[in-house]
Amino acid sequence: MTSTSFKHIGQRSIRPDGLDKVTGKARFGADYYLPGMLVGVVVRSPHPHATIKSIDTTAARAISGVKAVITAQDFPEISHEEAMSGESVVDFRDLSHNVMARDKVLYIGHPVAAIAATSQQAADAAAQALQVVYEIHPHVLNVDEAMASDAPILHSDLDPDGGEPTNIAKRHVFNRGDTKQGFARADVVIEREFTTKQVHQGYIEPHAVVADTGEDGRSVVWCSSQGHFLVRDQTAKVLGWERSRLKVIPAEIGGGFGGKTTIYLEPLAVLLSAKSGRPVKMVMSRDEVFMATGPGPGSRVRVKIGATSDGKITAAEVWMAFDAGAFKGSPVGAACQTVLAPYEIHDVSITGLDVVINTPKVAAYRAPGAPIGAFAAESVLDEIAEALSMDPIDLRYQNAVEEGSESTYGPTFKLIGFKETLEAIKEHPHYKATLGPNQGRGVACGFWFNAGLGSSATVSIHEDGTASVLTGSPDIGGSRASMALMAAEVLGIDETRIRPSIVDTDSIGFTDVTGGSRVTFATGMAVIEACGEIVEDLRGRAAMIWGAEPDDVEWQSGQAQHSDGSKPPLSLAEIAGSAAKTGGPIAATASLTARGVGPAFSTQVCDVEVDPDTGLVDILRYTTAQDAGRAIHPSYVEGQMQGGVVQGIGWALNEEYVYDDSGRMENPMFLDYRMPVASDLPMIDTVIVEVPNPGHPYGVRGVGEVGIVPPLAAIANAINGATDVRLRDLPMSPPRVVDALSSELNGATGTPAG
Amino acid sequence: MPYVAPSTIDEACDFLRSNPGSRVFAGATDILPQSKAGRRLPEFLVDLKRIPRLTGLNVDDKLWRIGASTPAAHLTRDSRLSGEFPGLVEAAGLIGSDQIQTRASLGGNLCNASPAADTGPSLVVNEFSAVIASPEGERTVPVTAITTGPGQTSLTNDEFIVEFLADRPAAGTSDAYQRFTPRTEMDIAVVGAGARVSVGPTGEVTNADLVLGAVAPTTVPIVGISDALVGRSLDEPGLERAADLAKEQIEPISDKRGTRDFRIHIAGVLTKRVLRTAAERAGAES
Repeated sequence: MTSTSFKHIGQRSIRPDGLDKVTGKARFGADYYLPGMLVGVVVRSPHPHATIKSIDTTAARAISGVKAVITAQDFPEISHEEAMSGESVVDFRDLSHNVMARDKVLYIGHPVAAIAATSQQAADAAAQALQVVYEIHPHVLNVDEAMASDAPILHSDLDPDGGEPTNIAKRHVFNRGDTKQGFARADVVIEREFTTKQVHQGYIEPHAVVADTGEDGRSVVWCSSQGHFLVRDQTAKVLGWERSRLKVIPAEIGGGFGGKTTIYLEPLAVLLSAKSGRPVKMVMSRDEVFMATGPGPGSRVRVKIGATSDGKITAAEVWMAFDAGAFKGSPVGAACQTVLAPYEIHDVSITGLDVVINTPKVAAYRAPGAPIGAFAAESVLDEIAEALSMDPIDLRYQNAVEEGSESTYGPTFKLIGFKETLEAIKEHPHYKATLGPNQGRGVACGFWFNAGLGSSATVSIHEDGTASVLTGSPDIGGSRASMALMAAEVLGIDETRIRPSIVDTDSIGFTDVTGGSRVTFATGMAVIEACGEIVEDLRGRAAMIWGAEPDDVEWQSGQAQHSDGSKPPLSLAEIAGSAAKTGGPIAATASLTARGVGPAFSTQVCDVEVDPDTGLVDILRYTTAQDAGRAIHPSYVEGQMQGGVVQGIGWALNEEYVYDDSGRMENPMFLDYRMPVASDLPMIDTVIVEVPNPGHPYGVRGVGEVGIVPPLAAIANAINGATDVRLRDLPMSPPRVVDALSSELNGATGTPAG
Repeated sequence: MPYVAPSTIDEACDFLRSNPGSRVFAGATDILPQSKAGRRLPEFLVDLKRIPRLTGLNVDDKLWRIGASTPAAHLTRDSRLSGEFPGLVEAAGLIGSDQIQTRASLGGNLCNASPAADTGPSLVVNEFSAVIASPEGERTVPVTAITTGPGQTSLTNDEFIVEFLADRPAAGTSDAYQRFTPRTEMDIAVVGAGARVSVGPTGEVTNADLVLGAVAPTTVPIVGISDALVGRSLDEPGLERAADLAKEQIEPISDKRGTRDFRIHIAGVLTKRVLRTAAERAGAES
């Protein structure tokens, strides 16, 4: 099937939600107001590590206008239970303790109580009046401190090796072959150590919720999230409720990037509403978002790679320690699986440590863990190419995985388009453009699994020949437009006649999160399947009208056509108009677990100019090539590719959590948490590579995440090209670059991998 | 919160005298985020933008007058001002972002008294004075007399700046402003540097002044810059000497926006760059 055989797929149609978003009419999480609504606030820990000795709510309750005060005592104590939640594992006990601290606080910003009052002033005054007595403990703010022999221990039940409790929650180990022999075959072996800081997803919309709990014990929740079914299920779990007591209505979402695949405020709002008998609205401030949600992990990583003089990688060893924040569950496991995944390497040894520290619990962030691994591995590969005087793309191409390759994490790849992305960059004019003084060019590659998971879709055909497509997947990247295009392709009607909607948890079958780059792939599959059922139905009705057999009816260009041409075609609108006579309403639903996920690869090239006096790195030009399988809506594929790169640029150059010695984040605001602004960036050029995924009817692969994987290394490699200095500590901010340029110590070898 | 918008200076002064809990503002680009960040708001917010003398630009044979509440966007759009004080206009064009500049003003930038305020070094290096209105009448002071420390000014609660005055620069004199920020906009200076240089008919420097921001509680005029540069064409040894003077005379702090050492280093870099730019504008050979 070539793209020219599609009529709708591949068109750059106008997004159905666009007008409301640019006019400000679209309703986001904080835009809901109910009569009698109370204001809910969270009282948060001022200490990074302390035991809660007592909480006295008397004075807070006495303040006029205060209607409810809740603490951990109002939540059921639940036991450790790990379950898949979207694409990550959640431990419900940890989740419960994160939304409301019980016994101990583990980071500054950890909730200890929540208050609902008739005004913000009353709620704030009550928060001030709440009396909490803490016994303060020493704290740890990074993996090095947490793994020190005398480190204070956050949890008494983490001991992966058996024995005394530690701050290491889990040790992931993957060994294959014999790396010692592999390195012995190598002509060049390079080992380096890298560090990265915690970074935030930086979504523009703070977390916000309105909950309205009725006398019948049921609650309706409006909130912005990457999955309202996840919100329903996790909230029910934390409250000890049956899921059917909660109905979650999705608001528009102002960015998530993985950070909205968990809950924070929702169970508090539901419970405050239950206690007060009034609707309760809670909206985080920006500093609450920074200090109590999100971040992606900080890390220390060592990578050792060996290659022969002709550029064949012989072995690799990787050691990674990721911080998880206050509770276990950093994405170090995914980092272990992705770090070497673009390459055919048989002899590998990969170790990943999940380490708890006294900061907010980390949350998923776009290709969780993979950028950190790639920063290290792709930097070392660049050094190997340099040592071998090889073109960095040639080195990667020679070792690139393709269909039939056994991946470094186990499975064998089906049809993939990694080599095609390498070719696309090598052949791009960007790769051959000349560079000026203080300018350098870097390349890097990235891999991401993508996810399948559960999705549902309901399609209704209306009497006038228009259609509704309902799904349960919040639209964070233009997926409404993609759903309409895929439905249009199957039904054969114009996408402007199809209205895609995202409906609440009571109005559609279960649907997993908008995450794992899965919506166009998996929810799209449900839409295609439901539309396929509709087409079968329409063929049957046409046959009934004609007195023919369904097999005699073909569906083409939105019309039923008799196979022998004996009848004038019947349009979808004509069949729908007489639906009452042919069996009644026309609708179909599909609920499925999407199999056949196609992984994503990206190759990127970046030109920088480094100001040698100030250390400022200017991104001059950036080109990204990515295998989309099939681009349903090319503009939103490009948008995802560009968005991933931009977040990677921020991570590489300036973004970092800065903690003071007391464990307080010093920069919980966008002024000092420096994400790039538009004027910092060139236009990010995109090359969509289309190697169709054999596991999807239209060949779709997820495109949302892999774009953020290569930039950290691509930029570090480009800085090396400009300055002959390798930076291995993020962010590569001006002070760090100035220090590195003035330091003679560059090139020191890391310590052996352990 | 009560808001008043007087239309004359007298009306504003009367209101401020009878309502001591008031605070004046122009573009509110600092007051609004401060209130959202939880800072206590005054009893009354007094909007100065409706007073005609406070908004607008005037120039005669000798003197520039810039209304203290004039939006920065009006300064950056004025080709006469850009021709005579290109550095001041550069500074105004760096405040916040395009959107912020449609509201933000020189008076507000100075009286918010951030050590990192972009227009501070340029106002000082160009020897602007400020006309201050108070219930007692008007007085004129050098701008260096306004800010006394981070968030602190010498103005009492019933005083405000009406306008800024400066002599028109002589031929062969120009200025420049440069700052260092990790981002291109929506950022706050790690170091800001304003320079004014005069050159003689043969291109030699006849006078040079340098003022640095974000390196001490208030702007720092660097002493000895003229001695380092006067009488010679702009050369590297002279600029190196100027950079050394700058680095010796500042007392920056370490904070999340930059360490003390990094600020001192950047101050040296910017000193050379901004003096060179100002001198080239004034007609020096580069």
